[in-house]
Amino acid sequence: MPELIAKSALEGRSSTSGTVTLAEVAVGPITSIAVFPGGAKAVAKGLKTLGLAMPEPNSFAEKKGARIVWTGRDQAFLIGVAPPVLEGAAVTDQSDGWAVLSVSGAGVADVLARWVPIDLRLAAFPVGRAVRTQLNHMNVVILRVGDHAFEVMVFRSMARTAWHEVETAMHMVAARLGTKI
Amino acid sequence: MRLTCPLCGDRDRREFYYYGAEDYLHRPVEGAPVADWDNYLHLRDNPAGVTKDLWYHEAGCSQWLLVTRNTVTHEISAVELVAERKA
Amino acid sequence: MRIDGKGLIDRTKPVRFRFDGKDYAGYKGDTLASALLANDVRLVGRSFKYHRPRGVLTAGSEEPNALVEVVGPSNQTPNVRATMQEVFEGLVAQSQNRLGSLRFDLLAVNDYLSPFLSAGFYYKTFMWPRAFWEGLYEPIIRRAAGLGSLSGKHDEGTYEKAFAFCDVLVIGSGPAGLMAALTAGRSGADVILCEESHALGGRLLSDNQTVGGMPAGEWVAQVVAELQALPNVRIMARTTVTGAYDHGTYGALERVGLHKPARPNLPRECFWRIVAKHAVLASGALERPVAFENNDRPGIMMASAVRTYLNRYGVVPGKRVTLFANTDQARGVARELMAAGVTVAAIIDPRPDASSVEDCPVHVGAEVVGSRGRLGLSGIQVRKGSEIIEIETDCLAMSGGWNPTIHLTCHMNGRPRWSEELAAFVPMEGAVPGLVAVGAANGSMSTHGALVTGHAAALKAVEALGRKVSVAVPEAEDMPYRLKALWAVEGTGRAWLDFANDVTTKDVKLAAQEGFRSVEHMKRYTTQGMAPDQGKNSNVAALAVLADATGRGIAETGVTTFRPPFTPVSIAAMGAGGRAEGFAPQRFLTSDQASRDRGAPMIEAGLWYRPSYFPKPGETTWRDACDREVNMVRQAVGVADVSTLGKIDIQGKDAGRFLDFVYTNTFSTLPVGRVRYGLMLREDGLVLDDGTSARLGQDHYLMTTTTAAAGLVMRHLDFVHQAFCADWQVRFISVTESWAQFAVAGPKARALVNSFLEVPVELPFMGVAPVRIGGVDGRLFRISFSGEEGYELSVPTRYGEALFRDLVARAETMGGGPYGMEALNVLRIEKGFITHAEIHGRVTAHDIGMEKMVSAKKDCIGKAAATRPGMWGPEREQLVGLKTHAPISAGAHLFVPATEVHRETDQGYVTSVCWSPTVGAWLGLGFLKDGRARHGEKIRLVDHLRGLDVICEVCHPVFHDPEGEKLRA
Repeated sequence: MPELIAKSALEGRSSTSGTVTLAEVAVGPITSIAVFPGGAKAVAKGLKTLGLAMPEPNSFAEKKGARIVWTGRDQAFLIGVAPPVLEGAAVTDQSDGWAVLSVSGAGVADVLARWVPIDLRLAAFPVGRAVRTQLNHMNVVILRVGDHAFEVMVFRSMARTAWHEVETAMHMVAARLGTKI
Repeated sequence: MRLTCPLCGDRDRREFYYYGAEDYLHRPVEGAPVADWDNYLHLRDNPAGVTKDLWYHEAGCSQWLLVTRNTVTHEISAVELVAERKA
Repeated sequence: MRIDGKGLIDRTKPVRFRFDGKDYAGYKGDTLASALLANDVRLVGRSFKYHRPRGVLTAGSEEPNALVEVVGPSNQTPNVRATMQEVFEGLVAQSQNRLGSLRFDLLAVNDYLSPFLSAGFYYKTFMWPRAFWEGLYEPIIRRAAGLGSLSGKHDEGTYEKAFAFCDVLVIGSGPAGLMAALTAGRSGADVILCEESHALGGRLLSDNQTVGGMPAGEWVAQVVAELQALPNVRIMARTTVTGAYDHGTYGALERVGLHKPARPNLPRECFWRIVAKHAVLASGALERPVAFENNDRPGIMMASAVRTYLNRYGVVPGKRVTLFANTDQARGVARELMAAGVTVAAIIDPRPDASSVEDCPVHVGAEVVGSRGRLGLSGIQVRKGSEIIEIETDCLAMSGGWNPTIHLTCHMNGRPRWSEELAAFVPMEGAVPGLVAVGAANGSMSTHGALVTGHAAALKAVEALGRKVSVAVPEAEDMPYRLKALWAVEGTGRAWLDFANDVTTKDVKLAAQEGFRSVEHMKRYTTQGMAPDQGKNSNVAALAVLADATGRGIAETGVTTFRPPFTPVSIAAMGAGGRAEGFAPQRFLTSDQASRDRGAPMIEAGLWYRPSYFPKPGETTWRDACDREVNMVRQAVGVADVSTLGKIDIQGKDAGRFLDFVYTNTFSTLPVGRVRYGLMLREDGLVLDDGTSARLGQDHYLMTTTTAAAGLVMRHLDFVHQAFCADWQVRFISVTESWAQFAVAGPKARALVNSFLEVPVELPFMGVAPVRIGGVDGRLFRISFSGEEGYELSVPTRYGEALFRDLVARAETMGGGPYGMEALNVLRIEKGFITHAEIHGRVTAHDIGMEKMVSAKKDCIGKAAATRPGMWGPEREQLVGLKTHAPISAGAHLFVPATEVHRETDQGYVTSVCWSPTVGAWLGLGFLKDGRARHGEKIRLVDHLRGLDVICEVCHPVFHDPEGEKLRA
């Protein structure tokens, strides 16, 4: 019998530059829930067992280690727990498809602003907001998990590039510190 | 240029893929006359003024958008989801 | 010469720098221009065309003369404005556009040839003889053309890009900009204040003024301190807003590290994309020169520049200064110079009604008509009535009035309005939605006017944002702006309009005389306004001269179009983040490290990196490895990572119906546990993609796409779904990244696969089943892209590397091993399987012999177009196999033997080729007119690029196991 050893995309790497820390984090199972036309009620019933509901666009919610993230029209990712029995939706395992990067620390929004073409100011992007957007050339899901903390979900095969981009920006932002007029 | 995706909100143009005129939404029925298909596939207006066209929010929610915009002033007057469009 | 007690430089921080190989000293806060002037260096460059000696003209980014090369450790930046480059310890700069030394430029001969180098001389001169174009004219022109030079080395500098958002963007930090920023900032709105210079304050730093009862500098310091303390205000110094774009987007270039020695990771520049709900343009105004004979000598400067050097840098550019100006405002320069103890030899004011009361000689109703001094000004000639007066002077401060800096208001095609009162163009209101011009940029020339309009515009923006604020506008100077337009002084010699491109009044008149009467034509004929300063110093004067020469008014003549960028933007900054690893994402397979461990060279396939081949000791070329890997698959077993293929999970009661709609063939009838090859068309009838789809459950399919078209197919499926059947019970999502999938092919494939399974399965050809591998749930497909008995084994991606290493190790014990892209390609060509080399966007189902796959029983995307005349039939080029014994190439074209080779006789082309170790021949796939009816024919393959001319046999595209016995074994 073969012995299959599991490996994450970046093997849990972490790096700090200036005030910002970048790390690959393990988030547990990721399940796509895509609601069929007319399936909303059944899905709501299934999610209720976890104390969750389908999130509003551009948001995520958490309950007891389970997180539900809006990812598209009538679509969400359930993260951190095995999915409950769900009628009314296409349920697809996405656990292995993504690498999740945590980027945190004072000035973290300045780092991401090097690559992400959306408004990251706290007022426009408060804690609890989740968006689909870009990180340089890569499509990502970005969650604000704290005033100075984001999580970036990127396709697993591109994890090394995403890491490189964020780390480069961290270095540049750190090098600027103290360069104010 | 910026587009306001009905789901994702105000976004930079780089997140979108441009396809073409809204004509692509009006697919002839099976067996329609060749002229209908020719019109559907190949004949397009090129208005100086208000036009409707299709954009794909590729870096966002993966929704196709029906955008009403003015080719002269660049004003964008409406963006709706193709999947939930009226008529 | 430095003046004691003046300027905002830090005299406690001396800075050493080098210019043209000589060491100089300046102070922190100096620009290269101010430091050179402080060291009495007046000659700093040579002009573009005539190589005339030139000195500093301005004190801002509009500088046309003082363009230098800054030499860095890994780069040499040309055309740097000495007026913007701050000095720092160790700065190395050099003059440019010279042959020999700056003082003895050999190309200065052009100046003596000037009668032959008038406007349009290129067009007139380099016409004949034709044979001279390439051999003689071009090398000469190339040698003489251009300004600075590059290092010739790769620029290792760091560049950055960034995005920013705000409620109110304030462009410029003079009195109008500071007032606007303060007003908006106090309201709590998010404000970005961009200032081109390194210090905030704009002209308040240059003019000796009083604002709110205190010296202007003090007021500036107070306001800046308050803005810095506001958390909602972001001050961006050294940042030029370079363009206004649609929907509130602005481009801005920040000089991040150009004013200090290079440091690792410190960006040299950052290109910002700023999105603002409102913008206040407080860009001020640019003073304009007056054209008179020899008005370009070093020492002749803009009056405002002399004032800036005096008050901001404590530098006087001469010992005996003269002033030639047509406004009352400019008189302040003379007074401030005299107050600082500098001799002002004379004021020359062309206005007959101007005041003559000053503490120096004043010539009212007079004009400067000439100058002397070869490498620097030594004297001027002044015409007063019929009298010519000689005045000794080494610095002439000139002013022809001001042009509002309206450029950004024109970036979205807005046309400015001519104001007779100001003798200048002012912005057309609303030309850029959301942007309001204030202060001098909008023609309010006094400090009071700037403060009031800056405040008003910000207040309006604040109210639109639903905020309230009350800010008092401080008292300031409100002198009326009264001028007599003076563009050019009558004379016979050369009088410069465009210093940067050496365009004189004569050139503009000549253009008009030769029929280039439109301002756009004049610009292109004379090159006026086409230099790095883009005509900032010359546009209005040039079109005034043109208006005069053509007998029209200036308003009627119009102005050329201002386009972004306002100042030059380096390509490195605009493309920041797009170089090397930033160019495109790199996608890595889980087997990546295992393949590299085995020495496999990687090949890019789309964004993926895939192993090309796995070399073994003793193999000297890729072909050795490839041939071995092909034989290994045909005779034993091979393992290849095929995870790059697009995988789309499709679920729902209408999933089968949906697949029937997007594929030409039928999937709703596919039994659960079976796989079917599918062909997908575009709506125009051409082939979009192909691949297999498996039915995993009653309402559950897994579609595969080719690697290259995975994104394209997803977009297509989204369109079809959302546009035509959004109400169907079907949803789909990409699972490409979720599964690591490995092809196992060859006679021993079944044995190898079964050795991994907890419960071995007997799969029929084109079957699929769930399997357990080492405690992990996986899937097994019996499909083949090689023509051998083939399986694809997939597991969740996290187990990919472990499974690959194990598969390869076990395969090796069976006489097999890994195979790469090269072997994979040979295997599929031998079997006649197509890829995007064949379905390249111009072929139909008929062309590839799959017209029978377009089901007659149902509609599908592309069906209507695919059946139209011209999309099928013998006149089309059809897929064929080619076989020969000499090397052939993809890209070659096909001809009937013994016919002439040209476009009209072209019979088709070749898309894929390989040496086939299985068949023992060179094989090709290609498209040939009526090819299916021509099997057995000889055809001539010609590739002029590679010098190939080979006779091939046309055959069926399937060379290996045409009956498919091995597949189904």
